[in-house]
Amino acid sequence: MKFKIFSTALMIAAAFSMTSFAQMRLTGAGSTFDYPIFSKWFDTYNKMTGTQINYASIGSGGGIQQLTAGTVDFGASDAPLTEEQMNTFKSKRGTDVVHLPIIMGGVAITYNLPSVGQGIKLDGETLADIYLGKITKWNDPRLVKLNPGRNLPNKAILVAHRSEGSGTTFIFTSYLSKVSPEWAKKVGNSISVNWPVGLGAKGTEGVAGIIAQTQGAIGYIELAYAKQNNLPYCAMKNKAGNFIDVNFNTVSEAAAGAAKHMPSDLRAVITNADGKNSYPICGFSWIVVPKDIKDYSHAESLVKFLKWAVTKGQNDATSLYYAPLPKPVQKLDLEKIAMITSNGKKIK
Amino acid sequence: MNENAELTKEYFEKRNKRTKTSAFIKKLLGNNNLGDFIFERLTLLFAMLVFLLVLFMAWEMYSHSILSIKKFGFHFLVTSVWDPFNEVFGALPIIYGTIVSSLLGLLIAVPLGIAVAVFLSEIAPGWLEKPLSFLTELLAGVPSVIYGLWGIFVLVPWLRDNVEPLLQNTFPNSPLFQGAPYGFGMLAAAVILSIMVLPIISSISRDILKSVPNTQREAAYALGATKWEVTKIVLGNAKSGLLGAIMLGLGRAIGETMAVTMVIGNRPQISASLLDPSYTMASVLANEFTEATSDLYLNALIELALVLFVITILINILARLLVWSTERKWKSNPA
Repeated sequence: MKFKIFSTALMIAAAFSMTSFAQMRLTGAGSTFDYPIFSKWFDTYNKMTGTQINYASIGSGGGIQQLTAGTVDFGASDAPLTEEQMNTFKSKRGTDVVHLPIIMGGVAITYNLPSVGQGIKLDGETLADIYLGKITKWNDPRLVKLNPGRNLPNKAILVAHRSEGSGTTFIFTSYLSKVSPEWAKKVGNSISVNWPVGLGAKGTEGVAGIIAQTQGAIGYIELAYAKQNNLPYCAMKNKAGNFIDVNFNTVSEAAAGAAKHMPSDLRAVITNADGKNSYPICGFSWIVVPKDIKDYSHAESLVKFLKWAVTKGQNDATSLYYAPLPKPVQKLDLEKIAMITSNGKKIK
Repeated sequence: MNENAELTKEYFEKRNKRTKTSAFIKKLLGNNNLGDFIFERLTLLFAMLVFLLVLFMAWEMYSHSILSIKKFGFHFLVTSVWDPFNEVFGALPIIYGTIVSSLLGLLIAVPLGIAVAVFLSEIAPGWLEKPLSFLTELLAGVPSVIYGLWGIFVLVPWLRDNVEPLLQNTFPNSPLFQGAPYGFGMLAAAVILSIMVLPIISSISRDILKSVPNTQREAAYALGATKWEVTKIVLGNAKSGLLGAIMLGLGRAIGETMAVTMVIGNRPQISASLLDPSYTMASVLANEFTEATSDLYLNALIELALVLFVITILINILARLLVWSTERKWKSNPA
């Protein structure tokens, strides 16, 4: 009995301390790509500081809309805001939007050719022509030339792509637009495009499903998924002319290469980046916040969290198959975060 | 019958004496009881709410697609480029894909569904009828994503390795079976849809056939008709009701999302070949809505939803009218 009273008292005390602990509540919405690492971060950060962060993974588009409408503290997007979206934001919220690269993702080009095995070599122009429907067979002279000594079969290429809007598609089409003028003109760079050929599938697992089912298929999927499932992937020729495998190091290297000439608003698309060992098809995911935040306590908590996420938080990246932000980009992020104000006042 | 009515009347008279309603309320209610009055109005209110909800949804969709309606007008329905990057939206291939995949699904499901219904209502003995109807209706309860997974892992490989090569070899010159057989595409969607609408068509058709009065059958048998001839007469009498059952199946097929998305190949194009990928309205919405960032893109998607909404409502109204007309025919005029 005594023990019971004691434990009840303890529980009540614990409940009180919890409530005093969990006073701060931040909300965010957006990218589904970011969701796994965000849930890990929010959990760790809540235990550390008591700040509770609720995140709705409703898609990048939804995140941007919610932030513009002012219903959330931050948004998360796999593609930077367009000029038009930034103007809308400014006219609705009366302040600018700040882009903070928060995590990186790589895009693996995977395929199904059991007789050939891992590591087919590809370059950007060839990949673009496959996706434009100009190269239709695996033993096309251009593919054979890139892969001397490999026995590429006389098989039709089946192109697979994401059917829904996705950050992965944004990164992939950004790369193709940079390496192929014809792609840039005919199709363009967006989170969903009008694909010239191929089958669309919902989600990374859908694309991987088509590839696993169909011999001769090729598709682009997130690095994390390719690694977890041990799928074969292409070595891509980068800007420096080397064939590079996709992994965390080569992706981070691409960001480091891009960090040297980042635009001041950090809306950098880093596909086809400079650097000897840079993997060419990768990109940032962004957290977007208003530059000036009305509520001081929210602003303070948000700034603290963001500082933690772009530095210590990056240690969680590789275990969840994201690539961490390289140091120079972390530094740029911290500079940007320091510029966030509340009603014009600096945040301590 | 008369005795019953008198007893009922007596009961209500007694009860009305027991319940003392004030003169004022009595005047307001006329002959009705207060509880009945409230109950009646309340149910009326809820019934109206459903109707208002439909109108409200239509209005919401219209007002949220106004940008796209203004920009593309009628062209939205008759042009074929769906390009989110350049913000050009023409929904024709998507509308085409929706309607053609559903009709093809019906082409497979209707003969099967009606055959099942005929067996259950005309031929099967009682002990077989119950479990069999239960099993067909069970198909309707399977979540559509399960059909989709089954489609990807069983149906698509089977179509790709067996059915599609066979079709191509049998009809080498038919435009219906051109192109590489990948398994994913219009044919896979049609087969999945046919399985999904089968339980609807068979169970409603069975009810319709059962509503045909037995006197019809007895009369035919008395004239020496065979079982097949009797079935023909019953089917003839139930014609419009069966048509209604088919339309309800069509309504279901048109709105089906997940399973179709997983096997149709998601490509907005109009192609004669059943082996080619296609796209449906519900699939486009499921795929593209979450990541649609620009206003015009969102408006175009909502306009697509509006088109789907209108088509489904029209089909359902037509179907209901047909089913009702059969039922009423037999109720008002039992042969």
